[in-house]
Amino acid sequence: MQRIGVFVCWCGSNIAATVDVHAVAEAARHEPGVVFSTDYQYMCSQAGQNMIIEAVKEHHLTGLVICSCSPRMHEATFRKTAANAGINPYMVEIANIREQCSWVHKDMAAGTEKAIILAKAAIAKVHLNTALTPGESKVTKRALVIGGGIAGIQTALDIAEAGFPVDIVEKEPTIGGKMAQLDKTFPTLDCAACILTPKMVDAAQNENIRIISYAQVEEVGGFVGNFHVKIRKKARFVNEDVCTGCGLCTEKCPQKKVPNAFNLNMDNHRAIYIPFAQAVPKVAVIDPNYCTMLKTGKCGVCAKVCTAGAIDYKQQDQIIEEEYGAIVAATGYNPISVEKFDEFAYSQSKDVITSLEFERLTNAAGPTAGKLLRPSDGEHPHTIVFVQCVGSRCAANAAKGKEYCSKICCMYTAKHAMLVRDKYPDTDVYVFYIDVRTPGKNFDEFYRRAVEEYGVHYIKGMVGKITPENGKLKVQGSDLIADKQLHIDADLVVLAAAIEPDKSARPLATMLTASMDTNDFFTEAHPKLRPVESPTAGIFLSGTCQGPKDIPETVSQASAAAAKVIGLLSKNTLKGNPCVAQSDEWMCNGCSSCANVCPYGAITYENKEFRMPDRSTKVRRIAKVNPAVCQGCGACTVACPSGAMDLNGFKNNQIMAEVDAICK
Amino acid sequence: MEQNKMASLNTQILRMSGVNPRKCMRCGKCSGTCPAYDEMEYHPHQFVHMVETGDIASLLQSESIYKCLSCFACVERCPRGVEPAKLIEAIRSLKTRPVGQNHITPDEIPALLDEDLPQQAIVSALRKYMK
Amino acid sequence: MQVNENNEFRPKIVAFCCNWCSYAGADLAGNNRLAYPADIKIIRVPCSCRVNPMFILRAFQRGADGVILCGCHPGDCHYTSGNYYTRRRMAMLFSMLNYLGIEKERTRVEWVSAAEGAKFAATMQDFAEKVKALGPNKRLEDLRCKQ
Repeated sequence: MQRIGVFVCWCGSNIAATVDVHAVAEAARHEPGVVFSTDYQYMCSQAGQNMIIEAVKEHHLTGLVICSCSPRMHEATFRKTAANAGINPYMVEIANIREQCSWVHKDMAAGTEKAIILAKAAIAKVHLNTALTPGESKVTKRALVIGGGIAGIQTALDIAEAGFPVDIVEKEPTIGGKMAQLDKTFPTLDCAACILTPKMVDAAQNENIRIISYAQVEEVGGFVGNFHVKIRKKARFVNEDVCTGCGLCTEKCPQKKVPNAFNLNMDNHRAIYIPFAQAVPKVAVIDPNYCTMLKTGKCGVCAKVCTAGAIDYKQQDQIIEEEYGAIVAATGYNPISVEKFDEFAYSQSKDVITSLEFERLTNAAGPTAGKLLRPSDGEHPHTIVFVQCVGSRCAANAAKGKEYCSKICCMYTAKHAMLVRDKYPDTDVYVFYIDVRTPGKNFDEFYRRAVEEYGVHYIKGMVGKITPENGKLKVQGSDLIADKQLHIDADLVVLAAAIEPDKSARPLATMLTASMDTNDFFTEAHPKLRPVESPTAGIFLSGTCQGPKDIPETVSQASAAAAKVIGLLSKNTLKGNPCVAQSDEWMCNGCSSCANVCPYGAITYENKEFRMPDRSTKVRRIAKVNPAVCQGCGACTVACPSGAMDLNGFKNNQIMAEVDAICK
Repeated sequence: MEQNKMASLNTQILRMSGVNPRKCMRCGKCSGTCPAYDEMEYHPHQFVHMVETGDIASLLQSESIYKCLSCFACVERCPRGVEPAKLIEAIRSLKTRPVGQNHITPDEIPALLDEDLPQQAIVSALRKYMK
Repeated sequence: MQVNENNEFRPKIVAFCCNWCSYAGADLAGNNRLAYPADIKIIRVPCSCRVNPMFILRAFQRGADGVILCGCHPGDCHYTSGNYYTRRRMAMLFSMLNYLGIEKERTRVEWVSAAEGAKFAATMQDFAEKVKALGPNKRLEDLRCKQ
């Protein structure tokens, strides 16, 4: 028979205001097996924990019931307390009387009654608890970073710096991501390439980093410390080890009409190309959808001009399999498609562009070599209208657009406006805004400079309609301060499109069993206290795949994720979850039902000799659970027809005891 | 007393239109979109704001409610789904079909009835004006 | 079944919640102070697929008026496939219970993610109302279990 202690927490007034904590402690005192019961203001405080330790010693307690906040909050805390008091940490049960009782019920009588029932259920369960010891598993000291933008690069560099090998998997032929496409960066206006490309080179030269570009993760198995990942490296049709990146082939290829995705299709490149001059790895790649040789078997110009002999038309996709201890998701974002917003005429006029297209138009390496020219006729625009919040901050049920604020648009629009006024002072620049949101170091100062020093016209209001007419864009919008409707004849309109997570994130999340929110951003383990970890152990989050972020924030989060990975990889072994399945070998009849439902392949079978009651020996086939692989979902326990399989920590009789206590 | 009446008018407008003006984030896209903007004394975003703050009296007196073309461009383009045109439609209906303010009482009707007037016309007139 | 001082029927409802989604969703409902009836008592399980049909039968036998099972949305199971097993098992069990006379409104499987505190509260509110409208469940109750 257990000796159980019950500790009821007030949580200040969080619990005590709607639950009569004394009554709960008093009711618990009369339950069988309870030898000590008390209540205290803050059970999780040092004083509260000491109180538990004292009570364990004084009353020789063997099991603890803490009636407090959610076990997701403080179960780990009280397990440590139990261990400090000298009893097994798994002899603790939490009755959740805060989140699931005092906070949701206004009525004191009902709240108290429910709290008592929850306490009784926890007491009934702890009666059947057994001491559990977590198993240990080895940690593979290698990390995988999925995504090679600034987030992925920074995370990989930091992990590599600490001495652990890292692989970066990038789906494009080069790392660099969105930042490589930007012109200047706010609020300092230093050029994106000047600060990004040295980092890309660092990543390429770091001996701990392997860049697997033009590749995608196909399969993820295993668990924290021991992930097994299959990566498909797409065929480039160029031998990466041999290509010197001289670029001769990209000049000689006769197929010139391939839309240049890096310049957002505003110009063309050849069928064999290097995405941009500072690409890492600087290796050419053939687009099989356009290459005449690959399509018809006739051409071969690139192979003829390549002095290194790197062209390989027969190259196949390659599968790389690797073990990792930790995985970082850094899949980034894309601007949403603005074609759905008919009123902005994006698909009707070439002169309505998105902000990312504007970045390429002002970039010295862009399609216009940095001269701001209208895409339609190559003329200098003299009136430019910027429209903010295109597709951001829409109603939750809106047919198009996102509910959230994309966070970066206010700042980059101020940057664009400022740059235009700086380079071309004869240009009139209008910015239509709903709110200007500039929290961040030196951000508001930056925006004010755009207004005060550069004379950008900020208009509180929104553009309602854009009509292309006689080579101009007729912009109709409201000016709420002047209480007027404005009609502006613009030469160029720039839409600050909302950003959304990359499309590859959703299938990746499914592979990683990492959770996502309704917008397809990865969910963090705790919104405030564990912002760079996924709730799934061993999966970390870096950059905009977790939520909209600017570069400084992305880099800090990337380093934070790296710190978490380093912490994990510096351990030799990991304590596993002892709440794993266990088979009763006498009851098991070796039917394989459990192995069929196990998602981890944790169950194997062996033939074991049994000494039967009649003293004969019999060899029987029985199930064996590998505790290092089992994750403790319990699917097998229900599938088992003979009831041999049970789950530690959530045993059949424990849950039944809870059911009984609740239904009493 | 006057205030109570206005408050009840306000709830009536909200009920008839099904619009929740609190959803408005004051972006002004409705007024940016409106083709009849220059004809109006009050503009679509102001309609929403005035209903939210309960300033119905000025709206009912304004010509603006008849200037709205009911083109529904503001409804189509509002990012928050506020639907200003429906609000204006409701205010207009409230003005043109005042409930409980009948021009004649039922007692007066028999004397006015024309022998040749089809029954259907009377029923539909009642249906139309007694909403 | 319980009856309070106004002689009003108060159902006993057992909610099995997956630790990774709906249990966290219930916590979120708490964080946001979204009220639902106190008749709902939550039992934490590692995954909805841990719920043995036996537990549900036991609950009804011991006098529960309704049982609700909450798991991760299809495709989002923390253990990859657990909620699919749940869906199949419960489809079988609930149709059998319905055949036995346990109205299908007394049993429910609902997908509630960790981010859906509001959905959790609304689901519980709705389920409690439906069960309350049905009145006490006597069909499976084992009277020997009563004190």
